[in-house]
Amino acid sequence: MKNIYIILMKEIKTYFASPMAYIVSAAYLAITGFFFVASVSDAFSEATIRGYLAGATFFMIFMSPAITMRLIAEEQKLGTLELLLTSPVKEVEVVLGKFFASLATVIVMIVFSLYFVVLLYIFGDPDSGPLLNGIFGLLLYSSATLAIGLFASSLSPNQIVGLIVGSGILTSLTIIDFISNRVTGIGSEILSFLQLGASFSVFDLGSLGVAESGHFADFSRGIFSLVDVIFYISVTIVFLLLTIVILESRRWR
Amino acid sequence: MIRVEHFYKNYGPYPAVIDVSFEVLKGEIVGFLGPNGAGKTTTMRSITGYLPPTSGNITVSGYDTVKYSLDARRHIGYLPETVPLYLDMTVTDYLSFMGKIRGMNQKWINERIDKVIDHVRLGDYRNTHVGKLSKGYRQRTGIAQAILHEPDVLIMDEPTIGIDPIQVVETRELISELGESHTLLISSHILPEVSAICPRVLVISDGRIVADDKPANLSNRLSGTERIEAGISGTKIDSIISNLRKIDSVIDVRSDSRAEQIDQGKKENFIPIVVDAKTNENATEKIAKSIVDSGWGLRNLTPLPMTLEEIFLQLTQEN
Repeated sequence: MKNIYIILMKEIKTYFASPMAYIVSAAYLAITGFFFVASVSDAFSEATIRGYLAGATFFMIFMSPAITMRLIAEEQKLGTLELLLTSPVKEVEVVLGKFFASLATVIVMIVFSLYFVVLLYIFGDPDSGPLLNGIFGLLLYSSATLAIGLFASSLSPNQIVGLIVGSGILTSLTIIDFISNRVTGIGSEILSFLQLGASFSVFDLGSLGVAESGHFADFSRGIFSLVDVIFYISVTIVFLLLTIVILESRRWR
Repeated sequence: MIRVEHFYKNYGPYPAVIDVSFEVLKGEIVGFLGPNGAGKTTTMRSITGYLPPTSGNITVSGYDTVKYSLDARRHIGYLPETVPLYLDMTVTDYLSFMGKIRGMNQKWINERIDKVIDHVRLGDYRNTHVGKLSKGYRQRTGIAQAILHEPDVLIMDEPTIGIDPIQVVETRELISELGESHTLLISSHILPEVSAICPRVLVISDGRIVADDKPANLSNRLSGTERIEAGISGTKIDSIISNLRKIDSVIDVRSDSRAEQIDQGKKENFIPIVVDAKTNENATEKIAKSIVDSGWGLRNLTPLPMTLEEIFLQLTQEN
């Protein structure tokens, strides 16, 4: 546990000492802000954070791998991974420390963006339940995307490979409904179950912010669904385990 | 301190290390000598617990590096070949992180950082970002992290590679000092370097230990012959060869086949030759005398150091 905390603190310190932190945070606020404004600025529009959530889930496809890309790749490139793994530290501690560090940075960004919620309370009368549920869902969704990004980062010493592979996996899992809508039977069900976030229907202004499919759809509508919670936690665990396996694979290669 | 027993390591179907056994006792400084790709780094990585052996056992301070890996690692300070540094940290932050990750408490870390920075002479750079340090100072930072937690065993993979000659000398001195209080295993592919630091040398070639000896004995075993190049004017190659072969210390005489030597010979009008002779018989002196007595011009006479490749060739042929 102590080692996880030591690695977590080191990563957070490094992250916020780099310009990356501020560029990514600014881009996050800009894009979610754009979606938020678009969803609430019509006359008689609902006081919800659906637009914000749509923007966040969309941007996370690129942002999560951008946050995680250096976490393991850079350690491989600098050779410091060898040093960490010849210190009395276990692979699982390295992976968890880095994962929680990335989650903490995303939480910081989400907290910064909460002024949208304050605005809603000032100018409207939002339902608190769906709002909290939406943010809870966003945290779960973030952790799944970060775990996938971390896994991608472990594949090569090159950060760019981590970014592209991570974004590639996340994009595929997002637009998987393009395929699942075109096949039938059990195959279609399996594929649509794998759909991670909202599909690109978020770009359809008519349904802006209301994901039609994917595990984020219910969170976006303000509905709590245990299946989706379990799905996101499972994806997180599976990809963290895969990352540990990649780090341990040097032993049998 | 370090015990390696019948250690084998394969990368896929390719054997990298074959049946290596040796022991390093407390307080010993052992040099691990071999050409690139001989298996030095692989062996060191297995001792540090980074790579498990395919078969065989390795123990450090009595702990098996596979079964009690974390315990074994606590007793090891390791400097890998590419010095592992976080470039965006200051020297002090980096050492502090390495201390924490090895389970040292804050008080111990603070005490040791001061001592270690002093020891490796990094005082002026303690708050400099590691990325801004020169190669030699990065090397020292790497050594500092390796000795920070007062390990029993220090393992350094090519600690003087890629730094300038003055810093090489300083690093060697530093390593010799460390040898007074640590058990040391140092790899290198430079024979004189290992002889300068280590009272005992293990020679590894193609994954096998081919020699385990004192550097002095090693040199004697190796240098049964020495090679001398010479430039001679005022005669023909045939008479040089027949004359010099009469000297009893000389084993072989031939014309130099290196293009550079041939060109220089043509330009300056001398004949370049190479002589193999027995060592410790003053062959150089005898050759010089013979040339002068024959009334020829002696343009140069230089002993050639044996290359590492030749040394390994000789050692592996012996076995």
